[in-house]
Amino acid sequence: MNQEQPYIEIKRQINGGDFASAGEISSELKNVLQQAGLPPHFIRRVVIATYEAEMNVVIHAYHGTYTTSIYSDRIHVVLEDEGPGIPDVDLAFREGYSTAPAHIREMGFGAGYGLSNMKRCSNQLEVETRVGKGTKVTMTFWLDSSKPGSSASD
Amino acid sequence: MTLREMKEIIQADVLTGEDLLDIEPTSVCGSDLLSDVLAFTKERALLLTGLTNSQVIRTAEMSDLIGIVFVRGKKPDNAMIELATIKKIPLLATRLPMFESCGRLYQRGARGCSEVR
Repeated sequence: MNQEQPYIEIKRQINGGDFASAGEISSELKNVLQQAGLPPHFIRRVVIATYEAEMNVVIHAYHGTYTTSIYSDRIHVVLEDEGPGIPDVDLAFREGYSTAPAHIREMGFGAGYGLSNMKRCSNQLEVETRVGKGTKVTMTFWLDSSKPGSSASD
Repeated sequence: MTLREMKEIIQADVLTGEDLLDIEPTSVCGSDLLSDVLAFTKERALLLTGLTNSQVIRTAEMSDLIGIVFVRGKKPDNAMIELATIKKIPLLATRLPMFESCGRLYQRGARGCSEVR
């Protein structure tokens, strides 16, 4: 096990259906990363992926917990929710596939790019899900984007 | 072309960010799908949209967009304008529909997200 302690750790709660506050977590993360002086291209891919994940919790789940750990060479973002889970993860990754209801689509979301965009922006993306229980999404972003597993382009 | 020049071309009003209009967007994107904006726009692009919910501002913030134009007479509410002001994202509003707004800007030399690196 890696015993390394992060420089900064942020934990927040997300309420499903709370569209008024949706995006605040990603916005806070952007501020923190900007204050840390990280490169704008790196910050952009971290916050886009985190925002997609945050919106997924708000759209699909009942409640979620968000944790970001900032290390010297990487950032871990974990979103764990209590929600319906994802019955077919491969299908959920397919671009254009979405189960978002009509009122979400009217807001401009639900085009079915969320997970694939998170994968593209992060160096590593893990999705653990149990139908009827919830979903845990773990993303790793390496400052050095040449690290293995990267499909991210700065 | 600066945002200020674009504002004249599409006869737009400035809702916030009058002092931020002398910058040039890298490209222009017209979309009512925030998922598409998050997946395909380039940083420092200008977004034209008919959506007026607060997630438009959040999407612009995360994607490092340089400004937002609300088309076909759509107006965001005060809370959105306030959020954009805090985030230093200029908001413009035009009565022109999406196609005509994009067409006029393209005709005058603005370029799309697929045309810039």
